[in-house]
Amino acid sequence: MALEIMEGSIAIAQAVRRCRPQVVAAYPITPQTHIVEALAEIVANGELSADYITVESEFSALSACEGAVAAGSRAYSATTSQGLALMFEVCFNMAGMRLPLVMTIANRAMGAPLSIWNDQQDSIALRDAGWLQLYAEDNQEAVDLHYIGYRVAEDHRVLLPVMVCFDGFVLSHTYEPVDMLTQEEVDAYLPPFVPKFMLDAKNPVSMGMYATPDYYPEFRYETDLAQKRALEVIREAGREFGEQFGRDYSALVESYRMDDAETAIIAMGSICGTTKEAVDEMRDAGKRVGLVRLRTFRPFPTEDLREALSGVSRVAVLDRNVSLGAGGTVHRGAVVLEVKDALYGEPIPVLDYVIGLGGRDVRIEDIKRVVELCEAGDGDRFYGLRTEVL
Amino acid sequence: MQELRIHGRGGQGSVTAAELIAVAAFEGGKYAQAFPAFGVERRGAPVQAFVRFSDRPIRVRSQVYEPDFVIVQDPSLIRDVDVFKGMGSGGIAIVNTEKEADYPVPGGVRLLTLDATTIALETLGLPITNTALMGAFAAATGLISFEALADALRHRFSGALADKNIETARRAYDEMKARAGAS
Repeated sequence: MALEIMEGSIAIAQAVRRCRPQVVAAYPITPQTHIVEALAEIVANGELSADYITVESEFSALSACEGAVAAGSRAYSATTSQGLALMFEVCFNMAGMRLPLVMTIANRAMGAPLSIWNDQQDSIALRDAGWLQLYAEDNQEAVDLHYIGYRVAEDHRVLLPVMVCFDGFVLSHTYEPVDMLTQEEVDAYLPPFVPKFMLDAKNPVSMGMYATPDYYPEFRYETDLAQKRALEVIREAGREFGEQFGRDYSALVESYRMDDAETAIIAMGSICGTTKEAVDEMRDAGKRVGLVRLRTFRPFPTEDLREALSGVSRVAVLDRNVSLGAGGTVHRGAVVLEVKDALYGEPIPVLDYVIGLGGRDVRIEDIKRVVELCEAGDGDRFYGLRTEVL
Repeated sequence: MQELRIHGRGGQGSVTAAELIAVAAFEGGKYAQAFPAFGVERRGAPVQAFVRFSDRPIRVRSQVYEPDFVIVQDPSLIRDVDVFKGMGSGGIAIVNTEKEADYPVPGGVRLLTLDATTIALETLGLPITNTALMGAFAAATGLISFEALADALRHRFSGALADKNIETARRAYDEMKARAGAS
């Protein structure tokens, strides 16, 4: 392993180069911009043999990828926030047509009001589109999830597009050490894309055709089955990655200091780094608290989560999104709904904290405060609001 | 772990300074993390950038609230922003100013000034002060070596521009060495 220090976005672009996409189509948008600028340069320098298609919008970017994958190519895109919103229709189509892709999401809040800063509302809003969603804690994981993402997406048991989600600015613009695999190492892990079906004039097929009520539900069922199969395919691909390169990503949920924990914190993404520091400090002070980090949100690792939480007395969920209108009279994000579903029938209180929206900073002290609130049974609320709205 | 906070205005290169200081620290064998906190993305608006240094991998992602070191690129910021906020005993603040500094700093903080603007004008021909302040940081703290900083500058800039930036950093480094040693 040889660590180098570089910006997260540049590391992602270098990882994508090593995945050898044949088509790249993206539209620049803050905070994803550095990724696609770097890739444009990599292609222009001849370091990656790919068609870099410049487009006039995110809708076109993903449509170009859709066509490329349908024609049998490995493709790549990246976006965030309003850009992802503009891709909404194409997202559903790609999953429905079972076209594998890896797209990086530099997670950012949704407008209005306009915010360029980080939360996870954008990818969460695409929850039901059929894409796999993987969330990275740091730039090393964000990089590695691209290699794993292509392996899983293109596996014939899955054939679904993947969003690799990493927090905008907090990871995308951060310089930190990463270990970049060599091209030979990536080639040994990630074989070329072998399409199961493709557009070919000699063997014509139709994709994305009309499905009458007699057939439509079966397509949705088959796509959902592919999500279920992806649970095991991700474990396999993560385990093999660990065997080859020493970083094991087979766990869909990561348990951190969960032995004998009474309070479990559940979170996704870069907030987990800060949470681990908070857990260490609380453990030093004698508090039995741990973190369960979700690496996949789709497919949701329901059984893995149940196992990770067995024996805990209470659960605090950190939601970096809000599901507006959910929860009746209390406030809830999307993650807590899944956690409650996983723990249904268990007598464990699960409380939600909508936190860190629109780039609001989350400190170690905030995580400790959340645990105190959870111990007092005070949750299902926004955390850290300005007092004038209360 | 030690933490640095850089205060500047959009266009002054605060983010680049944070990145290159992190690169130099990493080359010197430390774990380092550098990241920006943008307000509005436009020239002239107050900007902060942060660097963390540690002997272990760095996991915390929040902004820096209790910095060991502060760099202030533009003294006019001191009127608008509490640039020394959160500093404590043993801290070092480096302010770019041509005047004698009489800013109130928290107890135990060592205030060092440097006329980085004049150095930059004389060496680069532009009032871009970040390179000079990187050199001053190396001299005042010893956290990064001048050689590692020069390597980072050579990697970021090319040709004559790299040479000019290294010269800028060298002048600031030498001046700050003399000052920090004397006071």
